[in-house]
Amino acid sequence: MKPAEKEWTPKILAFLCNWCSYAGADLAGISRMQYPPNIRVVRVPCSGRVNPYFIIKALQRGWDGVLVSGCHPGDCHYISGNLVARRRFAVLKDLLEYLGIESGRLNFSWVSAAEGEKFATVVKEVVEKVKALGPAERLVKR
Amino acid sequence: MDKLGSVMVIGGGVAGVQASLDLADSNFKVYLVDSLPSIGGTMAQLDKTFPTNDCAMCILAPKLVAAGRHQNISLLTNANLKHVEGKAGHFKATLTRRSRRVDEDKCTGCGVCAQKCPVEALDKFNEGLSKGGAVYVRYPQAVPLIYIINKEKCLGCGICEEVCKAGAIRYDQKDEELQLDVGSIILATGFDEFDPSLKTEYGYGRHLNVVSSIEFERLLSASGPHAGLVLRPSDGDIPRKIAFIQCVGSRDATCGTDYCSSVCCMYATKEAVIAKEHMNQIEPTIFLMDVRAYGKDFDKYIERAENEYGVRFVRCRVSSIEEVPETRNLKIKYEPEDGKLIQEEFNLVVLTVGIKPSESNKELAEKLGVELDKFGFFKTQTFTPISTSKPGIFVCGVASSPKDIPETVTQASAASTGVGELLASARGTLVKKKEYPKERDVRGQPPRIGVFICHCGINIGGVIDVPSVVEYAQTLPNVVHACDNLYTCSSDTQEIVKNRIQEYGLNRVIVASCSPRTHEPLFQETIKEAGLNRYLFEMANIRDQCSWVHMHDHKAATEKAKDLMRMAVAKAREIEPLERVALGVTRRGLVIGGGLAGITAALALAKQGFEVDLIEKNKELGGFLRKIHYTLENDDTQEYLRAMIDNVYSNELIKVFLNSKVENVSGYVGNFKTTVTLDSGSEVKRELEHGIIIVATGGEEYHPNEYLYGKDHRVLTQLELENRITVAADEKFGNVVMIQCVGSRNDEHPYCSRMCCGEAVKNSLKVKEKDPEANVYVLFRDIRTYGIMEEDYKRAREAGVIFIRYEEENKPKLAKIKSEGKEDLQVSVFEPIIQEDIIIDADLLVLSAAVIPPQENGTLAKMLKVPLNEDGFFLEAHAKLRPVDFATEGIFVCGMAHSPKPIEESISQAKAAVSRACTLLTKDTIEAEGIIATVNPNRCTACELCMLVCAYNAIEIEETKRGKVAKVNSALCKGCGACAATCRCSAIDLKGFTDMQMNLIINTLR
Ligand code: FES
Repeated sequence: MKPAEKEWTPKILAFLCNWCSYAGADLAGISRMQYPPNIRVVRVPCSGRVNPYFIIKALQRGWDGVLVSGCHPGDCHYISGNLVARRRFAVLKDLLEYLGIESGRLNFSWVSAAEGEKFATVVKEVVEKVKALGPAERLVKR
Repeated sequence: MDKLGSVMVIGGGVAGVQASLDLADSNFKVYLVDSLPSIGGTMAQLDKTFPTNDCAMCILAPKLVAAGRHQNISLLTNANLKHVEGKAGHFKATLTRRSRRVDEDKCTGCGVCAQKCPVEALDKFNEGLSKGGAVYVRYPQAVPLIYIINKEKCLGCGICEEVCKAGAIRYDQKDEELQLDVGSIILATGFDEFDPSLKTEYGYGRHLNVVSSIEFERLLSASGPHAGLVLRPSDGDIPRKIAFIQCVGSRDATCGTDYCSSVCCMYATKEAVIAKEHMNQIEPTIFLMDVRAYGKDFDKYIERAENEYGVRFVRCRVSSIEEVPETRNLKIKYEPEDGKLIQEEFNLVVLTVGIKPSESNKELAEKLGVELDKFGFFKTQTFTPISTSKPGIFVCGVASSPKDIPETVTQASAASTGVGELLASARGTLVKKKEYPKERDVRGQPPRIGVFICHCGINIGGVIDVPSVVEYAQTLPNVVHACDNLYTCSSDTQEIVKNRIQEYGLNRVIVASCSPRTHEPLFQETIKEAGLNRYLFEMANIRDQCSWVHMHDHKAATEKAKDLMRMAVAKAREIEPLERVALGVTRRGLVIGGGLAGITAALALAKQGFEVDLIEKNKELGGFLRKIHYTLENDDTQEYLRAMIDNVYSNELIKVFLNSKVENVSGYVGNFKTTVTLDSGSEVKRELEHGIIIVATGGEEYHPNEYLYGKDHRVLTQLELENRITVAADEKFGNVVMIQCVGSRNDEHPYCSRMCCGEAVKNSLKVKEKDPEANVYVLFRDIRTYGIMEEDYKRAREAGVIFIRYEEENKPKLAKIKSEGKEDLQVSVFEPIIQEDIIIDADLLVLSAAVIPPQENGTLAKMLKVPLNEDGFFLEAHAKLRPVDFATEGIFVCGMAHSPKPIEESISQAKAAVSRACTLLTKDTIEAEGIIATVNPNRCTACELCMLVCAYNAIEIEETKRGKVAKVNSALCKGCGACAATCRCSAIDLKGFTDMQMNLIINTLR
């Protein structure tokens, strides 16, 4: 590595549903649980709001990984948004894998409003995973 | 005489403020009276609150601001009650407003006077730890933000008068008298701190490095004397070893305070944790008798303090503290349980002072003609925890006994229900509607964004380089103004925001601070008051999701904050005003669960004129309370329950559904639809419509697997013993051994069941009363007889009940010993004082079994879309300040559905839930969310995919001139956005979270 080259750290975009995962992320903060500073959170009403297109767009734009997190199955504030999301992303994951995108760049989780600790753990894991994969290059438009 | 629709609330702490807000929001006129120059009470002085470590000011400020600007709350600060006459329904009160020497209407709170004042007076708010002038405000975010001149300190030099541009200084201002006519009165006088200098053996006042816990709290605070640094008074050094001495002025007959102050164990632990968090080199030790972590999620907090923060807990009474003259360190002598005297040196000693009844109680009690208890708290009864001895006068919070913030807030809401029941007929007669300025039309205008970045004391500013983020924000497109604030949520900053909106012609506002989940409504209200649509607002969460989770990496946190800023600006450039539609409210309530809490709630709603459906799964009402026969005060609970049930059945407004359960819930706040199944031989279904839901599903007694329960008839639970005591006429009990925490505070149920210590004390007293020869042994881990219950604990010891502590790792053991043809129960327990096992032959073994949540909580939570905590109890919206609300509007929780608790607390919670519900039920309309889906007909192909994913049937296909297109029913749409994410043609979008906005956020990656 050239000395001038800065150590690369991944940037990860996270879509968190307002009712569970965003609240869980707040709880992690309130409980002062420390996790790596690599994620940038976008608050969405429900994980079902996340259009697969957002994810593709994010990878094109150069985000190294994406996390979508919503309520546990059955807990979605809008009844079934998270289930719609799950189906959607299963298909998307296959498609992206077909395109040569490592599956570790795409992460889904269920984090409830009471699970601050789980949120911190999820972030740690996702950051580790994406770190191991290195910078995303496959879809990136320059 | 007609009743009046107005209320006087005395005391402007969190209790008084909450009561005022609930009352004003349910259409009563409120006069909030405080003897201090500003409201906020003790909570405004706290740094953080347990068990969440939330910053006290941050969570309190929105309430203070809301009270300060509510059109139906008049703040009467610096005022005292002089005289009252009249009775429930119409009191005539005379108040004295002491002169501030500052004109309230003119003072703008700019603070120039204080800067220029030459007098150095001790700053009271900082507990005498820093200096201030003779003209001052109690704290920088004071509500109302009006200065006051301290008569004693003022030299009359005239400088402030000269510099005050507003011309507000009035040296000659006189005290004023004021008459109020009100229908009811609420006492929320809070408490005084115990004066630690009375305990001379601890050397407070003599030794510089012995401070009170309140002083220590101020030391920890960002707005405190050293801006959050923990420095010891003698030399400004960082203390390494800090000792906390508990129960200073609590559980102490020598000071006349033989009650437990209820909050000290937790707040001392909190202070220890925060001190450690601020400065890692600190080693805190807490000297205490019992760890009284009886509240919801408290034990978890203690565990983290011990294991993650290395807080050391030592059980003992401290006998003396001596100063080492050279170092000013302190030598503490104490005797741990094994009786060996130990001496240890500390750098700083914190005396955890207890709660004392407010000094003002006596005088108030006399003027109002209400009774005090023997300690000087306002007297209440188990079944009427918010009523004083005089009708029409209610009490809440610590004014009636020591309690923590959630309970205080709960009682405040409950007191508001008390008023609502009394004055229901006069509701709405004295209130005004809030008027907003006309909304500025900003459509088509280029965005002019204003950015306000919060230091949040040091919560953000201590980690993130805020000025550099401000500088950075200024470079972002369309940002025409960016600045930082110490607390963006304080009431003075709201004025700043409004002024900047005018000054810079802002049409979009961004606040970078804490979480939109707690603070968005506050700021939206502010911009609305400045003529902007509430949706022209965006937040960047740089505290909960940045500074608090990256506390040790200042650089990365600052970088992240800038990224979040850029994302917020990207979105803000595209946000549009949205419309909120007014929807009608079904003025009917649904209460789920017919135990004590449910019955209390149903009756409280009905008394205020609302119809109620009460659903009970069993064949009769009463729930857990059916198994409780008497209280510590010897009230007859069964008689009370019978009377309540009679009231329910004789009230025409209440409909009871027995053997019933909820099968489905749909709709939204103001208009819920619930399907209930009645199982009476054959199943019947009913559809119910109502505006609010109260969850009161209660708790159950754990069925122990331990100690031969169910296998030996001599092994009982506390409830079974209670039943036996009640039924048996004159029994001989022999040796009774009680084991505490059976099924509680273990891996399966990690929480404290809260009521078992009181139960054990109650039943052992009863056993002793019935059979003085009986021997009662209580084997415990901590005796958690908090509050006034401490007295009963003492009573039990005096009656000869023997209390023996055991450690979790070393639980009591039970053996069956054969002797003379029968089998004896033998309990052995390790006695920590004599350091040996002792063996007790038990005639009865009584297990204090845990309270566990009913199984159905899970299904119900899913139906209602509200969360449970890890233990299976319902999780409220905010542990401190919204104890009976859910994040989902229109749904409330009370009683043991929330967590295990004794009778009076269940009653308070039930009434509190009703109060919160009434803020909705008394409205004509509720505004629907503006965030809903919208269709672009030009792109729609009527493929019906959106219809498929919509869980609310809010989308229909409509025939138009241009053919078929999808149409969104705005009353049904809840704004989840599933349709927008599904549409293949980008024809359907979600307002407030549009595709465009999301794309712009994604594009901010550098
Ligand atoms: S609201 Fe959380 S996933 Fe739908």
